[in-house]
Amino acid sequence: MNEPGAPEGGTRQAAAEARDRATAGDLGLGKDLTGLRDLTRAQVEGILDTAEPFKAISRRKVKKVPALRGRTIVNLFFEASTRTRISFEFAEKRLSADTVNVSSSGSSVQKGETLVDTARNLEAMNIDMVVMRHGSSGAAQFLAERIPSNVINAGDGRHEHPTQALLDLLTLRDRFGRIEGLKIAIVGDILHSRVARSNIWGLLACGAEVAVCGPRTLIPAGIDELGATVLNRVEEAIEWADALNVLRLQLERMDGGYVPSLEEYNRCFGVTLERLRRAPETVAVLHPGPMNRGVEIDSDVADGPRSVILPQVTNGVAIRMAVLYLLAGGRPATAASAVA
Amino acid sequence: MSVSGGLNGQPLLIAGGRVVCPDTGTDQIADVLVQDGRIAAVEPNLTGPDGVDRLAVEGMVLAPGLVDVHVHLREPGATHKETIRSGAQAAAAGGFTTIWAMPNTTPPLDDPAAVGYVRQEAKRWARRGQGGARVSPVGAASRRMAGKRMTEVGALVEAGAVAVSDDGLPIADTGLMRRLLEYTQAFDIPVLQHAEDLGLSAQGVMNEGSVATSLGLRGQPGAAESVMVARDVRLAQLTGGHLHVQHVSTRDSVEIIARARDKGVRVTAEATPHHLALTDEAVLGYRTEAKMNPPLRSADDRAAVRQAVVDGTIEMIATDHAPHHYEEKDREFDDAPFGVVGLETALSVCMRELVEPGLMTLNDLIDRMSAGPARAMGINGGSLRRGMPADIVIFDPDGAWVVDPRRFRSKAGNTPFAGDTLKGVVHRTLVSGEVRYASGVLL
Repeated sequence: MNEPGAPEGGTRQAAAEARDRATAGDLGLGKDLTGLRDLTRAQVEGILDTAEPFKAISRRKVKKVPALRGRTIVNLFFEASTRTRISFEFAEKRLSADTVNVSSSGSSVQKGETLVDTARNLEAMNIDMVVMRHGSSGAAQFLAERIPSNVINAGDGRHEHPTQALLDLLTLRDRFGRIEGLKIAIVGDILHSRVARSNIWGLLACGAEVAVCGPRTLIPAGIDELGATVLNRVEEAIEWADALNVLRLQLERMDGGYVPSLEEYNRCFGVTLERLRRAPETVAVLHPGPMNRGVEIDSDVADGPRSVILPQVTNGVAIRMAVLYLLAGGRPATAASAVA
Repeated sequence: MSVSGGLNGQPLLIAGGRVVCPDTGTDQIADVLVQDGRIAAVEPNLTGPDGVDRLAVEGMVLAPGLVDVHVHLREPGATHKETIRSGAQAAAAGGFTTIWAMPNTTPPLDDPAAVGYVRQEAKRWARRGQGGARVSPVGAASRRMAGKRMTEVGALVEAGAVAVSDDGLPIADTGLMRRLLEYTQAFDIPVLQHAEDLGLSAQGVMNEGSVATSLGLRGQPGAAESVMVARDVRLAQLTGGHLHVQHVSTRDSVEIIARARDKGVRVTAEATPHHLALTDEAVLGYRTEAKMNPPLRSADDRAAVRQAVVDGTIEMIATDHAPHHYEEKDREFDDAPFGVVGLETALSVCMRELVEPGLMTLNDLIDRMSAGPARAMGINGGSLRRGMPADIVIFDPDGAWVVDPRRFRSKAGNTPFAGDTLKGVVHRTLVSGEVRYASGVLL
């Protein structure tokens, strides 16, 4: 008799049981954070609120609290990343977790190991949490369905990058005192951007209006059905928006034939001081980094008074501490005392 | 297994079933007499000659064996996914009596020896009593399936090839496609085209649209298919050759085919059960068992393909049975191979999608799955006419079953219908009067 189906795995079953057990505090986040698409406004705002007390830790001389003491976290990075990985690592260390970094170079992945086997091996080592960056959309969910540990998506393909969107939201809330009713334009390569998708879900959940803007070659089909308005010209976006979230243009997009040249991109879609002059002083400019200065954003904008790019980076650590804390079972209400 | 009805066996009288044969226009309770591997008579209350074996099939439907012109058997080269034996047996278990084996094996079926191997291997297992459906190989259209030079089509036909195709890949070169549609006319075989403009599909892993956008997966637009269908029907018109469009998945393609047919172009087309049943939303959750090429499309496309099967614009259903090992599908969506199995679910899925909601009669469905492809492709089958090979399926149209891939005859279980409760249980499949599948219920 053939055995065509996948064996009923103890692995998947253990993952499902862990998911059923997980409550993630009062917010009901569940076992994992793979994306913002299915989160409610209360959940998103609950994470932002939880991040508030954690901001203070990073300003102290002793930047450490014992909230995750004894927990083991693996940072599993299948794609190069500097800022996200460092941000997570600071967050983990400031919560006193034990961390191990695995990056794709030198790992079993390059020897051809499948993600399933990687997951099984991690499970066998009894870790508590995995923070994963992966080039394939859906990889975080794939892992989350196969291990009982908490999985935090640090970016999967073009799908989602939830902690980036959360730190963007926190930065907007810091700047404007609210998110509801804000008009946010996401500018640039929407097609390949996980940051854009997570921002759309998070912003819509919190009652903001969202527009996307970029060359049509980089606007994915059906994005309007997700709830975002499409603007063809960056001038329109600047005129309309309270804040611009400017995305990085990957240099390899030229080879794909999406844009003719970087110069042309800057000429037609760059967020320049010249273009911003028409906008009110209050317009905020965000960028998830790393920036291509002179391509999607000019230096005098990135370094100017409208820029909140460095506050985004600062907030990134607090947001990631909040997410780690909540998935580990912490409650939003006790976050302040965890910090004290 | 019983040999009655077979070439050297006892005559067999199959009594009391609802005989549904679109080719002869039969839909009534009748008996079928099988003798020397052929249909000897179809009439109510037959007695049969002395010593006839009787098989009582009251409550069952007795129809011509199903014909599937689009199956991947994976042998030679990928026998961990499927073999000629397991694939032919899976076909018989699904009620099929003739299947066409695609040439995208390793090596491809681009020379007479490889084509002959597939044919002989199927016959060898049948002689050993482990056969299934009759297997007809399809030859590769281009050498090494590289899309550059035509294969020795004449030699492939002599070795048993019934058509040519580079399926899995499109015949992209317009000049080559023209020459194929011209050259094949000497042998009166169709060119089977997997219509896909690779520049438009651009490594897309699912249908382009809001579902792909929300999942962050690369999409391929419906136009990737219809652009090539539009090109090909013009080449068929230019040459007079027989173009067969595989797995039609979009409204646009349907409309192009319908217009070409009206103009008298020699074009035939197939639709798969999964494109009739599902939309791209089946991919949600990154379900690799819903990943195939062409991908599942929008609800509007599905409605158009269904309507085309109902009105006969698409004259046949074919499974594009594409087995993969579970480990190959248990991967990140981008990395999982395209394809789903279909042989053992096709009849039931089509009954659920087309007959149960009243879109078409059972008679018409049987036509699209037997007489339709036989007529369009010149296959000697799909009919219970007297003198035809006794290729017969006997199934209980009301019998319910739960799709459990572990119970498939196929080596693979990559189906999007796992866990579904379907109606239509095949109880016996005869090929030239020989029992090639028996459920164990009718003994």
